[in-house]
Amino acid sequence: MQIETAPEPFSVIGANGDVGGHKVTLSDEELIQCYRTMLTVRAFDDVCMKLQRSGRIGFSVPNKGVEACQVGAASALRQSDFFFPSYRDFGMALYHGVHPVEMMHNMFGNNLDAARGRQMPVHFSFTDPIKYFSISSPIGTHLPQAVGAAYAHQMRGEDNVTLASFGDGGTSSLGFHSALNFAGVWKSPVIFLCQNNGWAISCPSDEQTASDGFAIKGAAYGVPGVTVDGNDVLAMHQAVSEAADRARRGEGPTLIEAVTYRMGGHSTSDDPSKYVPKETLEEWAEKDPVKRFREFLTVRGMWTEELESEWSAAAYEQVNSGAKEAESTEGPRLETIFSDVYAELPQHLRRQGEAAFDLAKRKGDADAGGGAFPL
Amino acid sequence: MPTLTLIQAVNDGLKVSMRQDESVLVFGEDVGPKGGVFLATEGLTAEFGKARCFDTPLSEDGIIGTAIGMAANGLRPVCEIQFQDFIFPAFDQIVSEAAKLRYRSGGQYTAPMVIRTPYGGGIRGGLYHSQSGEAYFAHTAGLKVVIPSTAYDAKGLLLAAIEDPDPVLFMEPKALYRHEKGEVPEGHYTVDLSTLRTVREGDNVTVFCYGSMVPVVEKAAAKAAEQGIQCEVVDLRTLLPLDEQGVLDAARKTGRCVIVHEAPRFCGYGAEISAMIAENIIEYMEAPVRRVTGFDTPFPNTLEHHYLPDERRVLDAIEEVARY
Repeated sequence: MQIETAPEPFSVIGANGDVGGHKVTLSDEELIQCYRTMLTVRAFDDVCMKLQRSGRIGFSVPNKGVEACQVGAASALRQSDFFFPSYRDFGMALYHGVHPVEMMHNMFGNNLDAARGRQMPVHFSFTDPIKYFSISSPIGTHLPQAVGAAYAHQMRGEDNVTLASFGDGGTSSLGFHSALNFAGVWKSPVIFLCQNNGWAISCPSDEQTASDGFAIKGAAYGVPGVTVDGNDVLAMHQAVSEAADRARRGEGPTLIEAVTYRMGGHSTSDDPSKYVPKETLEEWAEKDPVKRFREFLTVRGMWTEELESEWSAAAYEQVNSGAKEAESTEGPRLETIFSDVYAELPQHLRRQGEAAFDLAKRKGDADAGGGAFPL
Repeated sequence: MPTLTLIQAVNDGLKVSMRQDESVLVFGEDVGPKGGVFLATEGLTAEFGKARCFDTPLSEDGIIGTAIGMAANGLRPVCEIQFQDFIFPAFDQIVSEAAKLRYRSGGQYTAPMVIRTPYGGGIRGGLYHSQSGEAYFAHTAGLKVVIPSTAYDAKGLLLAAIEDPDPVLFMEPKALYRHEKGEVPEGHYTVDLSTLRTVREGDNVTVFCYGSMVPVVEKAAAKAAEQGIQCEVVDLRTLLPLDEQGVLDAARKTGRCVIVHEAPRFCGYGAEISAMIAENIIEYMEAPVRRVTGFDTPFPNTLEHHYLPDERRVLDAIEEVARY
């Protein structure tokens, strides 16, 4: 057997923003939507980093370097499709119109957060305007769930697709194997998007797997795999569009490896300077996805310094006002510990809740302390 | 009214549910044309087609993971784990995903699904076809844990579980699959979850049990009655959420309690019942609470009849508690 070597990642935007012979299928409006979403992701990261450093939120995850994966993929999907994201994917939600304030409610864990502050920051859950499935911290568990959701689409005869997004580390999980295997057998309308950003916290991707890239992993499951330049919005858009078309035609799942690089830490609690080689960072800084897309827009006459200032200011305004609103929103009430465990409150939770309320009445509220997330 | 075995009642319940609700589907290992290794799903593929009753790859994580996604997207999956011993690869999906989905999304996403699985010993299944893992799951907020012991309850509780808005682990006592027979109404009916069943009334000793231990306790109670010890026998049926008030009322009635399960003792379900009694109504107790359980060992094969609580062991505990 001859082992194939991984092909060069598929790219659209070349040097100086030139797309060569590639056809651009996104409208001008959509192209600007992609770019502005990337700016909003950057603004969100920046503001959250400051909020975290000043002790106003506990945790965040930086997205610098991987914005094109999220936005390019989102731009290829419909609002009726079902997103099963990772924690580093919220550009997908922003692209489809989730407002930053909705995200900030989660970052502050307040009473308007969908989960009423029960989850850590960045564990979003949205149903409107897109189905953005509630984020789980364990890695890879959402992948078979995405296949199950796709089965519901198949069974009802709908042509919606499901996007399952994960990182290079996620391919080592049990869920990855189960999901690819089931999806291959069921010909599920699923797009598996593996964002190979080089790192699973501090473990480099070449210590994650000995396989020659990640796209090749699809072959054993009968799932076609493609490798895409993850820093190229248009390449991502095209790859996900083609995979979505295949899925909608009933031809089954696709595994997309998006080759990109995590330019920041795993989270606000991580110090990547301890393990990320400086030279590699410098090399990838040259391939910055925002810069790359900006060059393309400039060639098309759609970008100017003035527009950049306007768009950037608007992004910061949305994010900052969202943060302000979320910070001043009241926190979750004590009863939210006990609600939403079951559809109806069972006897034992009613008793435990009543005891907690009674104690709070007699002895005052518990001390929130100064917990800091270590990871 | 037809007389059915417990497994026929499960099969009937599945059929009734699938006939009335097109979103109900059944899947797992060998549940399709073969009808399951115990034949719980016999005839379903023939009646409802391959899209609604089908075999999956051999992957418990895949079965339960996909069921969660189906449930979150409008279907009512009823998946089967062939033996409860094989459920552990999916422990993460059950405990961290299905059980927590409503909580972590504030009800935006939920997992109304049923995991059916045969549990317990008595079939010479050795270490890996005999375990009773209910305590692992009863420790999980957001999950419901149901164990029937009669044919009537098997069908009625199964239909209630399928119609429930939360994920339910439905553990079937495989030792009773064909030994337990009873009258089962045709068509649709439900037995409310989180309700107890009083199997036998008595004023001297209360015996709590569930699943495969119910007929064992019934026999021991009949023997005890010959000596003049009248037992109140309570089948817990739903371990989580438990009808706590019902348990306390039954315990207070006699002030003398025995708890029987075949799962190991240490941190077993009986410990919770015992603690509940101690914390709430210790002043009504006339005797220490006694537990009759499996041993804190792996489940043996050849000597399984010594491992499993039998009439002898249960009667011994009833006598001791009654005499105290």
